[in-house]
Amino acid sequence: MDLTYSTKHQKLQHEIRTFIEKYGHLSPRFGGGRKKPDEKDLHWQKLLLERGYFARTVPVEYGGFGAEPDVLETAIIANELSLAGVSPGLLNQGNLIVVPPMLELGTQEQCKEWVPRTLTGEIIWCIGNSEPGSGSDMANAQTKAVVEGDEFVINGQKIWTSSAHYADMMFLLCRTEPEAPKHKGLSYLMVPMTTKGIEVRPLVTMTERPEFNETFLTDVRVPTDQIVMQRGDGWKVAISSLKHERLMLGDPNKQLQRFQSILKLMRESEINGKRLIDHPAYRDRLAKLQAEVLAAKFHNMRLTSIENSGRESGVTGLVVKYFGTLLNHKLSALAVDILGEAGLPYDPHEVAEDDIQTTWQIDYMYDIGLIIGGGTSQIQKNIISERGLGMPKEKVPAK
Amino acid sequence: MYFGLNEDQELIDQSLRSFLGDKLTLEDVRRIAETHTGFDSDIWNGLSELGIPGLLIPEDYGGSGLSLLDAAVVAEALGYYAAPVPFIANSVMAPKILEACGSDDQRQRYLPGIASGGIRLSVGFGNKADVTGENSVHFNDNRIASGRITGLLDSSEASHAIIASSDGAIGIIDLSSNQVDLTPRPTIDRTRPLADLVLKEAAVEILSDGEKAKETIRMALDTGRLMLSADTLGASYAMIDKAVAYAGERVQFGRLISSFQAIKHLCAEMIATVEPCKSLVWYSAHISEENPEERHIHASLTKAHLAEVGRDIARSATEVHGGMGFTELMGLHFWFKRIGFSRQTLGGPEACREDAILAQGWSSG
Repeated sequence: MDLTYSTKHQKLQHEIRTFIEKYGHLSPRFGGGRKKPDEKDLHWQKLLLERGYFARTVPVEYGGFGAEPDVLETAIIANELSLAGVSPGLLNQGNLIVVPPMLELGTQEQCKEWVPRTLTGEIIWCIGNSEPGSGSDMANAQTKAVVEGDEFVINGQKIWTSSAHYADMMFLLCRTEPEAPKHKGLSYLMVPMTTKGIEVRPLVTMTERPEFNETFLTDVRVPTDQIVMQRGDGWKVAISSLKHERLMLGDPNKQLQRFQSILKLMRESEINGKRLIDHPAYRDRLAKLQAEVLAAKFHNMRLTSIENSGRESGVTGLVVKYFGTLLNHKLSALAVDILGEAGLPYDPHEVAEDDIQTTWQIDYMYDIGLIIGGGTSQIQKNIISERGLGMPKEKVPAK
Repeated sequence: MYFGLNEDQELIDQSLRSFLGDKLTLEDVRRIAETHTGFDSDIWNGLSELGIPGLLIPEDYGGSGLSLLDAAVVAEALGYYAAPVPFIANSVMAPKILEACGSDDQRQRYLPGIASGGIRLSVGFGNKADVTGENSVHFNDNRIASGRITGLLDSSEASHAIIASSDGAIGIIDLSSNQVDLTPRPTIDRTRPLADLVLKEAAVEILSDGEKAKETIRMALDTGRLMLSADTLGASYAMIDKAVAYAGERVQFGRLISSFQAIKHLCAEMIATVEPCKSLVWYSAHISEENPEERHIHASLTKAHLAEVGRDIARSATEVHGGMGFTELMGLHFWFKRIGFSRQTLGGPEACREDAILAQGWSSG
């Protein structure tokens, strides 16, 4: 265990605190589901990127800060931002699901073209994985891409595509090798959403907002070089991308942010003149969750250390999505309970910055979506038990 | 920067697990449990050869001078094998107490003996950790102690006991004295008894009193809480491993029960809850020495969390074993009870959380 706060770390901590003092008021509010970044979000993202408080280890030529991986630095940044209650930046699908596999598996040209503008928020990505007939069974994707000349011609339908109604690009899983076995016939294509033949139909969720969409692709044409890795390598990309998606969904920074804002809320809200933090039942629930949030934070540091040292993370990595999304829901559930009857007024269409009631209610519902999305809790438990504990795989029933 | 164990710690872990795996089979646990002593000389001697009793004792006093994180690694392994070993009080709390408030002379007289295994210390800080129990012990000005105290840890075959008087002074009692009556109480955890101590004008060597004693008691209890958390961590992993192994052998409806999602998902839930706990225990042990200001908060939150996680795993792992899990024959109950013992000792989860709440200044109670 080497978590010594060296001069470098003390300097970083001091730097962030000074930054927050000076610019903290410019931070957008964190939480309330996904939305297209506005001017305020983009400006805040720029401030974070310039200082390496976002994409700290992404190479400079790809728009990052180019720092050596350091678990403690990452933890300090997350900690300081959450303590101050300012946004950790654009934790969207582009930055957390597309950028990592692209850095891992993409060409230099692809990284140069897509990563910098994704980091700044100039390009918003949506992910075309799920289809009406292949949700949990993602490798069964049927959307077809056929080569004609120097173009892929894509036909099919995607569903649950979050952000597709305002995204610039789609990271699309499709079948390019229909003769190959299920997992070997897939490829990932990068498709501009303005391409002719794409139709996006918003799906309104229980939050009453169009959080995701059905996306129809009819004779959509993209150049053949818009592929990540080679034809038939799609499942390799999917494994990398899903790993990052699951880590994103269990991201402990979000939990730290939430814990801090609930603590603040409990110190400020009263029932009959008694602060909520002085109610033993409420504060006991908060302390319970604090231990879980800390465990998640340290688990993430341990996981990062394992990965930085080039070892296999095994079950340690596999559990993150399952317990992280569940923990997020326990946190938003406590927030909703604290708000009580006064927390019921709900206007999800024009959410004001100071409308914490609506924001928490959206989170409370959106968290269910995240427990289901990116591989449901049940799929996670199959993966954890089979790959992590070596238990027998599900048998395919005879048809 | 690195979050994890270093090579030496991994080596301690491996050699300890290899020794215990070899020498402490279920039959051995069962045999030792029947003695109700929580002690076995073969196991103890083997651990002494590995340097476990002197782990935390400075090298100048014949120990290895290692850290609380090393001790947590040991406690986890002991929990994994449900080892009947006087570790938490004798090898961790007592050396930490002597280090914190013993005089040079007192350290010289006790620490080398603890490291070599010749002196064995029990610790009784009854009623100082928001637990039920009794403490009516008083030390008078002439260093004479009287009264009754319950809940002494690591008592069997102990030569001395460090206890807190009811008004919060710390003293060492020689248990061979005629004015001392030590009664071991077999607990629900047959691998770890507690004891009652009755003092009838017995001699006491005062270690500390006043504010210093109060601080030392707090520190020792936090340290004990950390070790109990690590023990539960190990016991939880043991129960999960046993559940997965059993499910991989038991056939029902013509198939291994480990192929049923109902069973797989229970096992996945268990491992998903316990994995983050490992990092929590390691961090809390580490930070307790690196930054003592954070010790009380982290030790308390960690104890509370492991108590809750341990309880769920103890139940689920037993369920996976079906009716066999409920039998004495299977032996799973040793771990079930060990987790229960650790939960109820030195402050239950509610008391621990309240400690963490007050220590963070969230509320004044």
